[in-house]
Amino acid sequence: MSGLFLQCRLPLADFVLDADLTLPGRGVTALFGPSGSGKTTLLRCVAGLARAAGRVDINGECWQDDARRIFLPTHQRPLGYVFQEASLFAHLSVRANLEFGLKRIPAAERKVGWDAAMDLLGIGHLLARGPDKLSGGERQRVAIARALLTSPRLLLMDEPLAALDAKRKQEILPYLERLHDELAIPILYVSHSPDEVARLADHLVLLDQGRVTASGPTAELLARLDLPLALDEDAAVLVDTQVVGHDEEYHLTRLAFSGGTIKVTRKALEVGARARIKIQARDVSIALTGDNRSSIVNRLPARIRGFGDAAHPAQCLVSLDACGTPLLARITRLSKDQLGLQEGMPVVVQIKSVALLA
Amino acid sequence: MALTPDDWSAVWLTLKLASLVTLLLLIVGTPIAWWLARTRSRLRNVIGAVVALPIVLPPTVLGFYLLIVMGPQGPVGQLTDALGLGRLPFTFAGLVVASVFYSLPFVVQPIQNAFMAMGERPLEVAATLRASPWEGFFHVALPLARPGFITAAVLGFAHTVGEFGVVLMIGGNIPGKTQVLSVQIYNHVEAIEYAQAHGLAAGLVAFSFVVLLALYTLGGARNTLGAGQ
Repeated sequence: MSGLFLQCRLPLADFVLDADLTLPGRGVTALFGPSGSGKTTLLRCVAGLARAAGRVDINGECWQDDARRIFLPTHQRPLGYVFQEASLFAHLSVRANLEFGLKRIPAAERKVGWDAAMDLLGIGHLLARGPDKLSGGERQRVAIARALLTSPRLLLMDEPLAALDAKRKQEILPYLERLHDELAIPILYVSHSPDEVARLADHLVLLDQGRVTASGPTAELLARLDLPLALDEDAAVLVDTQVVGHDEEYHLTRLAFSGGTIKVTRKALEVGARARIKIQARDVSIALTGDNRSSIVNRLPARIRGFGDAAHPAQCLVSLDACGTPLLARITRLSKDQLGLQEGMPVVVQIKSVALLA
Repeated sequence: MALTPDDWSAVWLTLKLASLVTLLLLIVGTPIAWWLARTRSRLRNVIGAVVALPIVLPPTVLGFYLLIVMGPQGPVGQLTDALGLGRLPFTFAGLVVASVFYSLPFVVQPIQNAFMAMGERPLEVAATLRASPWEGFFHVALPLARPGFITAAVLGFAHTVGEFGVVLMIGGNIPGKTQVLSVQIYNHVEAIEYAQAHGLAAGLVAFSFVVLLALYTLGGARNTLGAGQ
């Protein structure tokens, strides 16, 4: 049976981790929540590094079932685990680190080839070095390749970018996106960065104090006003679009979705290609009519669905429906009252900037 | 001040004893150090204190009790008698057994510190890469703890070379069997053969200095030395 079934109950110092999740058996699922919400512990329970009461069922393979007294020790679970900090063996070269797991996999079960892993993570030139001669980003890429080479049936990643600075993060994110696009390995990805979640995750699980507060498709959860994601400075929505054409004169690419068409700066994408874009709430403003002239290119008709609190009391969040696509706008309370915005009202949203994700 | 045949015999016996004891200590000490480094048992402190006892006890106290335990009335003595092995006191074998106890903390503590400094993480990583706990121990924990093992071996060896009180109590002063360097020096001084005593004593000073210098130069030993004493 396809899917990840996780039932984990484990008393921790301040609260009880109590999760009962059914997750898609493919794609990236992000476990998102504040520090100390139990994300890492949940991941460790799936790996068998921590022992919770419950059940772990990975695409039809049972790793733990207390009712049947099954508990596979970690080394018997076909998983890959990328730890938060660099975890390369200091006494082994990069090559020996990579081979450490690979040599324990029977040749017939190797699905991720050596060359593929080298290419995917761009580490072919580092093999002879010792881990202490690598940058933080390179170390994490080697650690990811090392996990992949065991041809895992589930990849667990515990904030693999948390120990890196912003520049290194940007260096490694494209590699993670390629993992997602090119491998059919389901990934459980722990993160407290909304940006990483938006870029990588198909499915999102929100954890707080050991409890699951929401679980669902990322785009859906990001647009909800009742979840803490909306309070984040970087609150944003995701929109899946399709490339419908290019405007050669102005160097623009047109992306279509249910709510209309959005123009972005020219991208090297073929017509018909799918593109996921992120629209930050702070980049969306609201007008009552579409006839005022301004420099903003992207304007779409939408209907107000509701209002929510923003992190700062001067602001509020507006949830909008653009013909079926949820959007978020963060505006001041003053504007809301001056424009007399109300639930159900038709408005025009003006989108100042759009980030193309993949 | 040429060394006498008895002197050379003492030098050879000392090296033989220290090598054998170091080897035995690495075999016995590693599982103890592993257990002490990782257990959450309440017995941890008790066992840790027992292992450390020889550091604070006068060697004569240790030697005295070992003599009693291994003697004809002692449990170990009766066991070796029953097994037809004879008795351990005043034999080379007895000296080996006593030295193992005497030098145990100097081997266990550096290894234990190395295991503790390494933490749980490398073993967890090994497990996620399909290594069984045994493979993790041999292919990850042991290589990572290598500096600790070097320190332990050097300290165990040097400490055994330098023992005196325990040897006197348990081994006596039998040339070729239990008459080790430190005892031989004592003999020379008793006999007012200062030149002979100098030959051996200066040699021992030089040896100890070279060993410690090598240890500090190789690095990694400073902390362990400090923590062990």
